[in-house]
Amino acid sequence: MSNNLRINKNNFIDQTVRISFKFNGKKLFGYKGDTLASALLANNIHLVGRSFKYHRPRGIMTCGSEEPNAIVQVAKDPALTDPNVRATEIELYEGLEAFSQNCWPSVNFDIGGINNFLSPLLPAGFYYKTFMWPASFWEKYEFFIRHSAGLGKSPTKPDQDLYDHQYLHCDVLIIGGGISGILSAKLSAEKGLNTILIDDKSYLGGSTIYQDDDIFKINSETSNLWLKNQIEKLKKIPNLTIKNRTSVAAFHGYNYLLARENLTDHLGAHERKGKIRQRLLKIRAKKVVIATGAIERPLIFSNNDRPGIILSSSIKKYIDYYGVKTGENISLFTNNDSAYETAISLNKIGVKVKVIIDIRENPSSILSEKIEKIGIKILRGHTITNTDGYKRIKSIDVMKLSKDGENVVGNKTTYKCDCLGISGGWTPMVHLFTQSGGKLKFRNNDNVFIPDENKTPSEQISVGSSNGDFELDDVINNTIKKIKIFLNLDKNDYENLDIKCSKEKQKRNIWLLPSNKPISKSKPFLDFQNDSTAKDVKLALREGFKSIEHVKRYTTTGMGTDQGKLSNMHALGIIADTTGTNMGELGTTTFRPPYTPLTFGAIVGRNVGEFFDHTRRTAIHDWHVENKAEFENVGQWKRPWYFPKNGETMYQAVQRESKAARESAGILDASTLGKIDIQGEDASEFLNRVYTNAWSKLGIGKCRYGLMLNEDGMVYDDGVTTRLGENHYIMTTTTGGAANVLSKLEDYLQTEWPELNVYLTTVTDQYSTMSICGPNSKKIIKKIIPSLDLSDESFPHMSFKNTKIDNVNCRIMRISFTGEHSYEINVQSNYAKDVWEKCIEAGKEFNITPYGTETMHLLRAEKGFIITGQDTDGTLTPSDLQMDWIIGKKKYDFIGKRSLYRSDTIREDRKQLVGLLTDDPKEVLEEGAQLVESLEKPIDMLGHVTSSYFSPNLNKSIALAVVRSGKKLKGKKLIVPMENKNINVTITDTVFYDKENKRLNA
Amino acid sequence: MFIINCPYCGERDQTEFSCGGEAHIERPKQPTELSDDQWAEYLFMRKNIKGIQFERWNHIHGCRKWFNVVRDTSNDKIHAVYKMGERPPVK
Repeated sequence: MSNNLRINKNNFIDQTVRISFKFNGKKLFGYKGDTLASALLANNIHLVGRSFKYHRPRGIMTCGSEEPNAIVQVAKDPALTDPNVRATEIELYEGLEAFSQNCWPSVNFDIGGINNFLSPLLPAGFYYKTFMWPASFWEKYEFFIRHSAGLGKSPTKPDQDLYDHQYLHCDVLIIGGGISGILSAKLSAEKGLNTILIDDKSYLGGSTIYQDDDIFKINSETSNLWLKNQIEKLKKIPNLTIKNRTSVAAFHGYNYLLARENLTDHLGAHERKGKIRQRLLKIRAKKVVIATGAIERPLIFSNNDRPGIILSSSIKKYIDYYGVKTGENISLFTNNDSAYETAISLNKIGVKVKVIIDIRENPSSILSEKIEKIGIKILRGHTITNTDGYKRIKSIDVMKLSKDGENVVGNKTTYKCDCLGISGGWTPMVHLFTQSGGKLKFRNNDNVFIPDENKTPSEQISVGSSNGDFELDDVINNTIKKIKIFLNLDKNDYENLDIKCSKEKQKRNIWLLPSNKPISKSKPFLDFQNDSTAKDVKLALREGFKSIEHVKRYTTTGMGTDQGKLSNMHALGIIADTTGTNMGELGTTTFRPPYTPLTFGAIVGRNVGEFFDHTRRTAIHDWHVENKAEFENVGQWKRPWYFPKNGETMYQAVQRESKAARESAGILDASTLGKIDIQGEDASEFLNRVYTNAWSKLGIGKCRYGLMLNEDGMVYDDGVTTRLGENHYIMTTTTGGAANVLSKLEDYLQTEWPELNVYLTTVTDQYSTMSICGPNSKKIIKKIIPSLDLSDESFPHMSFKNTKIDNVNCRIMRISFTGEHSYEINVQSNYAKDVWEKCIEAGKEFNITPYGTETMHLLRAEKGFIITGQDTDGTLTPSDLQMDWIIGKKKYDFIGKRSLYRSDTIREDRKQLVGLLTDDPKEVLEEGAQLVESLEKPIDMLGHVTSSYFSPNLNKSIALAVVRSGKKLKGKKLIVPMENKNINVTITDTVFYDKENKRLNA
Repeated sequence: MFIINCPYCGERDQTEFSCGGEAHIERPKQPTELSDDQWAEYLFMRKNIKGIQFERWNHIHGCRKWFNVVRDTSNDKIHAVYKMGERPPVK
């Protein structure tokens, strides 16, 4: 490896398997077990991206999911490319190709870098303040803002990968495979509980698994060896499932959790084929143990964002786990003992830390004593005031802190370095705890928010460092104590372990470290991904933002793909300090799912393409396909829209179909209409209560049109119901309303009228319906069923017959939605296509014309029949629709009756359904177009067009509309203003064709 | 995403159910005799409590039965489930 940054001592990286990969087009090598970040560092590459706003060079800063800077675009393929991937998390595989984001033309020379020098002009809220004026310029601004916003690039082609969803159930779910998670899992599984252990890494053991210093010992073994032993034993327990590379995204109530399991993201392209890429786990756990650990905080000082500045614990992991030196000349800056552990690890591989700058005055502990023995210089009570180096840190300026920590004193000393480790203490990962409804409490002595035991939802606990225990003995002892109670365990082996570790003696925390320069001349970065500085937060406070939620949004601190995992605590601290508030009272921003970003693929799983939603096809569907129907989606149904012949346009086909249906015969597949079978001795009374009109006197064998209201008096659904027997009806509903009508009727039967003896069954799919209409319909039915008496006396309009077509039982209703003489044939769906074909065959000599939904809509509009959901929108009463005739005024009650004479529903200036004719009969209105009386401003909107067609049978344009006080306005001229013209219309009656209904009996 | 113990089917996921709002609002027996205000009270007025609330639920993707649930809306804890027509547990 170049520069010999790889150390030849390692248990975790397989140095026998060399892997080649490309970064920004350059071929590089790493080893099996590397992440992209560790491989880049081994190649001495720190600079991986440019910052969001100022385009400052940024390097790898962490080794985990909290990484704010090292986010890259992976893969070139337009279908497979993945933006915003954290280099610290993606495992190296053969052929991996990654690119820097947010830079142009390259990460080394980025034009946007000029923003860094313009930064005094780009304070918090810059966009809000600048792009306000003039308003008409917004479209021009938008182009540039959109162009420069965002980090990665989305794929441009459909995702070819497979994703899955899986439901999991368990007694105990343990989130986190560090030492506290391992011990919890072991105790749970040994007790015989069905246990799942989830960890987001490829290995178990957290940070203890590479803690090999003899300061940390358990039962006289170093802590890493002891834990390794425990893991070996753990893996042998049968009732334990371990999910590696799995990240819990969300923790909902009732212990319902979502987790993303990565299955192939660490494999080379040839190994991925045919495999599922990611799986979304939907977990129901009886009990949950949160052992998500803690992440190290940075320190906030001027120019703390240069490539080469890395969290101190991450430097330790790169050495001890990945075997990679992050530099040759390293210094450390800390406010706690963690950096001393890093110094010890560095010392072991022969990198002597030049200086440790510690803001504490007297940090004495086992660790600091060892550092002194090694001979590393510790500058106590000092701080870094500035750093230098553009694409890599070159030096640091160090000064002494004043006693109160508010200022620096004395002279500055400059130290050269190529890497700086920083540690600002630890933040427990409480995201999942708060997502589940838990409340936090603030611990003053080390400034952490930890789960409040008294405000923890039932059936869950937090253990280990996510619970605020940071030292080995506390982690183990408290985890064991808590698990024992939580799982109701007897005595166990872990209760009397001999644990040796260092104990931290002194704590000191300064959220924003002082500098010898005024803050206006410094750049102390808080949120590295969003480029917001401590200055921005202070500016927001000066401008009057007080709530932490408002400061967050104004400065964008804590937003972005890392959601402020590193920055939130400092932002809170600086707000608390500046405003003189206690952090505990200030509270935190809300932690929302997902904890780390989820792919859309994992969210949708297999519900893509044809599996996105159910598709319902009628029993006659294949015939429609064979006969070249164009289909329309109606809810989940595929309905024939029109049947074009010889290259007809939709308009031409509909005109032809509509004329044929009135001149000779048309046939429609009406199977999608909802059908509800109603039986029981109170069926008639039930219908009386749900429809507006009277039903008791409807004779057996007769049909009646009914209008159903909501309790608020508004029209809900309509359809024809037929009385098949004394206590037996079949109700039809609209296609879209079928499921809701059934639910609504069930609701009333079960909850309001349990005394009624009525049973409802949906038979929509069991029966298929074909409607034959037109003056020749009677002749066609006669041909199919010669034995049936079709005379008006025996089979009048609005009546029904049970009969047979050949051997197939069928119900025939003489009802009409077109105004023509027509029949609806209902047969069991298995026979429907056969019967349909018989009708077509019999109708051939009469030019029977199949028509679709568009012609059906046109024909009914000619008659002024409404379509609920098109001409109505839940705000119209029967009276608004000029259908007062259908209200049973003598009926004591029905659903919605009382609402028909509320003060609002009896207003005369309600919107009411009317007909419209255009002055130019060729001009067809657009549905949804507004109606106005005059064009003088301000224009008063009177209503809108609900249905509009060119009627071939009337040879003119017709429309239905709802208009304020429309009933009184017959003959009134109105205007429909369109983009290019104004159309003059006249209000008419709603019935345009055959006003006397002569054709029903033609 | 809570779990509801359907009195007819047992414990099922919330996604199988639909909520029908506040429970124990009886449809007036003689709506025609009510004033506009009285009718509006029945029609529009619903409580929206933070805390213990009595609700109607329907096992719509299951047995399709309606029943009542006593739920704490602040934490979704379900305190009781009982059939239509049964007396609510004491508050």
